[in-house]
Amino acid sequence: MPELAVHLTDPARADDEQLLEALRRGDERAFVALVRRYGALMQRVALGYVRTPAVAEEVVQETWCAVLTGLERFEGRAALKTWLFRILTNRAKTRGQREARSVPLSSLTGEDDDGPAVDPDRFLPADHARWPGHWAAGPAPWSALPHERLLAREVRARVRAAIETLPERQQAVVVLRDVEGWPPEEVCETLDLSEGNQRVLLHRARSKVRAELERYFADEVAA
Amino acid sequence: MTDLACNELVELVTDYMEGTLPTAERARFDAHLTECPDCVEYVAQMHRTIVAAGLSAAELERTPPVTALLQVFRDWKRGLATG
Repeated sequence: MPELAVHLTDPARADDEQLLEALRRGDERAFVALVRRYGALMQRVALGYVRTPAVAEEVVQETWCAVLTGLERFEGRAALKTWLFRILTNRAKTRGQREARSVPLSSLTGEDDDGPAVDPDRFLPADHARWPGHWAAGPAPWSALPHERLLAREVRARVRAAIETLPERQQAVVVLRDVEGWPPEEVCETLDLSEGNQRVLLHRARSKVRAELERYFADEVAA
Repeated sequence: MTDLACNELVELVTDYMEGTLPTAERARFDAHLTECPDCVEYVAQMHRTIVAAGLSAAELERTPPVTALLQVFRDWKRGLATG
């Protein structure tokens, strides 16, 4: 390939392949562009396995080291993104297991614990004569809200806050799927989850974010 | 075929939207929706939640600390030049 073909004009807009080529040539701008593109996401994903942001940051840094030193051997059979996150999750897992041995087990439980998608009190009891398990208090219709309401900045901030309080693994899945828009196969591959497991985590995460929005809209909808 | 209760439906909604419900269960799900406006609203809210999550991208922290990593890069590059 002629050298000119891979000259980067605008690293922020270049695709991963172009950045990879430039990175192989030692182009610092390509490196910075990749860090900008994936760094925050990597940090978030790493937090699914380790306990503190500082450790996650170290894992991210180690990952970039491994990526750079492995560049020569990387044949590009997988997408750069997949390779990158695979290295990240492997390292984060190893790190997480090491941590798990050194901290009391009690502090790790509750991670993916989970209650039902909707508060059971919202449903009629199982021994109800006519409608067991049906809504006692159904969700107040959001169609009553003005359309722009859902797009408002505060709503986005509220969603973000709800996502950030989720257990880390649910957070990683919902961010990759719904915020970043990755297809399920890529999320499974990247986080090393079975399809079923990925769906369970997604379900819990989405159910909680919906519940949070319902609480947030409650006054407006009731009015 | 037994009827699906609302509290069961809310646990199947992700499988439903992901298209992974077995055919028979999907049929029960759809049948339930034809007669339960509350569950129709619930499914609609899940859809809107996903849209809202997509829109929240701009709100999520996305500026990684580039400076510390630049050192990693420069060390690597120096190694390339000398090695």
